[in-house]
Amino acid sequence: MIRYIVRRLLWVLVTLLLITFLTYLIFFVMPPVHPEVIFAGKQPTPELVAEVRRQFGLDKPVVIQYALFVKRIFLGDEYGWPGLGFSFNTRSALKPIIYERFLITLQLALGAAVLWLVVGVPIGILSALRPRSILDRLAMGFALFGVSTPVFFLGPVMLYVFWFKLGWLPGSGFYSIAKYGVGTWFVHMIMPWSVLALAFAAFYARMTRGNLIEVMGEDYIRTARAKGLPERTVVAKHGLRASLTPVVTMLGLDLGGLLGGALITETVFNLQGLGNYAVQSVFSGDLYAILDVTIIAAFAVTLANLIVDIVYAFLDPRVRYT
Amino acid sequence: MGQVRDEEIGEPVAALGAAEPTSTIIGRTPWQIFWMRFRKDRVAVGAGVFLIALALLAITAPLIAHDLVHHDPNALFRDTLDEIGLPTVGPSAEFWFGVDTSGRDVFVRTIYGARTSLLVALLSTGFAVVLGILLGSLAGYLGGWVDTVVSRAIDLTLSLPVLLFSIGIAATCSITAEGCLGGLIQPGISLVTAIIALFTWPYIGRIVRGQVLTIRNKEFIEAARAMGAGTGRILLRDVLPNLAAPIIVYGTLIIPSNILFEAALSFLGVGIPPTTPSWGRMISDAARGQLYTVAWWMLFFPGMALVLTTLAFNLVGDGLRDALDPRTQVSG
Repeated sequence: MIRYIVRRLLWVLVTLLLITFLTYLIFFVMPPVHPEVIFAGKQPTPELVAEVRRQFGLDKPVVIQYALFVKRIFLGDEYGWPGLGFSFNTRSALKPIIYERFLITLQLALGAAVLWLVVGVPIGILSALRPRSILDRLAMGFALFGVSTPVFFLGPVMLYVFWFKLGWLPGSGFYSIAKYGVGTWFVHMIMPWSVLALAFAAFYARMTRGNLIEVMGEDYIRTARAKGLPERTVVAKHGLRASLTPVVTMLGLDLGGLLGGALITETVFNLQGLGNYAVQSVFSGDLYAILDVTIIAAFAVTLANLIVDIVYAFLDPRVRYT
Repeated sequence: MGQVRDEEIGEPVAALGAAEPTSTIIGRTPWQIFWMRFRKDRVAVGAGVFLIALALLAITAPLIAHDLVHHDPNALFRDTLDEIGLPTVGPSAEFWFGVDTSGRDVFVRTIYGARTSLLVALLSTGFAVVLGILLGSLAGYLGGWVDTVVSRAIDLTLSLPVLLFSIGIAATCSITAEGCLGGLIQPGISLVTAIIALFTWPYIGRIVRGQVLTIRNKEFIEAARAMGAGTGRILLRDVLPNLAAPIIVYGTLIIPSNILFEAALSFLGVGIPPTTPSWGRMISDAARGQLYTVAWWMLFFPGMALVLTTLAFNLVGDGLRDALDPRTQVSG
């Protein structure tokens, strides 16, 4: 087990290095316009461009540039540890910006995760217990609709209906708890949470249903029934335990994926999270900001993968690590 | 379970037997069995019919636009806009789906959008499937370092922040008209197709690799090898035919997610050029500055086209899976 974790941690490290290298290639090497020209501003003089080139080490070979970049991340830079660098746009350290935006993304992701679990899993369980009933058909219809409706359509539709037409909910934008209080924050988050959660809820309902139906056909469920346990106990103690393990796995992976920013939800609802920031940075050519968000996103995904695999070993005794 | 399945197959046999009294037992190829099962899934068949109709609409879009509606997708009808440039004409006899903020016909752009959507989704899925089969089967069959490299590439690609990388590559390659990789990838549809294929082949590759691993050691493969067949021949003639079912099912189920992928990129404003009608960009035009509060039709029609198309592909994919997987019971 320890050996397994160590090996996985090494792989996390390798993945992160590869991903940052790919990011570096895509944003620093591939573009036909050089980064120093973007940074030098609207009317770059050749002297200014040369100065920027030297200052950022862009005159060195790509591999050296990349090595320096990695060194800064691990050992820190003039703005502290980890070395997240400098924003071309605001001309200030990226760390506080990234931190602030990460908190917003975190609020969005966690709230949505609670919502999709509370909605998706019970729907899946009810459907599985009465397969082919009306409830099951309705639920699976909803699930199919959910996975087919993109956030960037559902978001504006919800805004149109609940904000513009009915006036039940406020429009887009982020209102922090610290500044506006819990109530204002909450009502502004209802739509982003719901829109982000829908596709996940649909997917979790389908997955829970499929797993539970499969588990309920197992021999040990028949045994549990045969020894006279009430159906409630059979489902809750024997059925659910086995069928929810994959749900835990997915939850870890999905949350990991969202922590790097829910790009489209944040764009639609104008929430200043990491995803929104990444999109803006791509269009304004703020290269270090893009690198940072990519690293955070990749780190969250690989770390979530690792945690899920380890948790799995405890939840499912059949899994053996070598 | 066994009983249900006997009934499933028994019923059509009896029906056919009545028509041909001389024989009551007919041999069927797996494809005939598949078709019998798929045909009974009314929802999937309906979705399939919808998709065929949509494809016809997409193919004939220039004809419809030019000869039936008499509006070209990029024709500007300035008189439909008010003095500050907001569209004033909603769904009407002249403009079936209304006009957008440039005074363009939303109906014509929606059916042209189907061309973009289907073209990109089908092409990218095609490339992803070919790449996935190639790399997945080589990895599964050869094992060793090939397997290590391919599997790691799959793991790595699946842990990338896909959307972020996609808009990065799309934006980078669209800065100049030459595109990137020395002009191999041009901005526009080919760029978007390449990006989507690049990020979706691992899904196929992983499934193919797993399947190849399970049949690699079967006796018939061993027999083929004993008869002197080479790797290429074994993969093509013995391994691949056994993978047809999962490849068809997962290939079909990837199409809707690739449609949404293209739409998401267009929504974020990268990839497809603004003059090429695309549902994602039409939705983003409607969402910009909350324009849909003035012209709901700009949001509704392209959005519904997108949802219905995605839904139809999902339904067909589910139907194919149920019909091709001998373990699932056909839901009644």
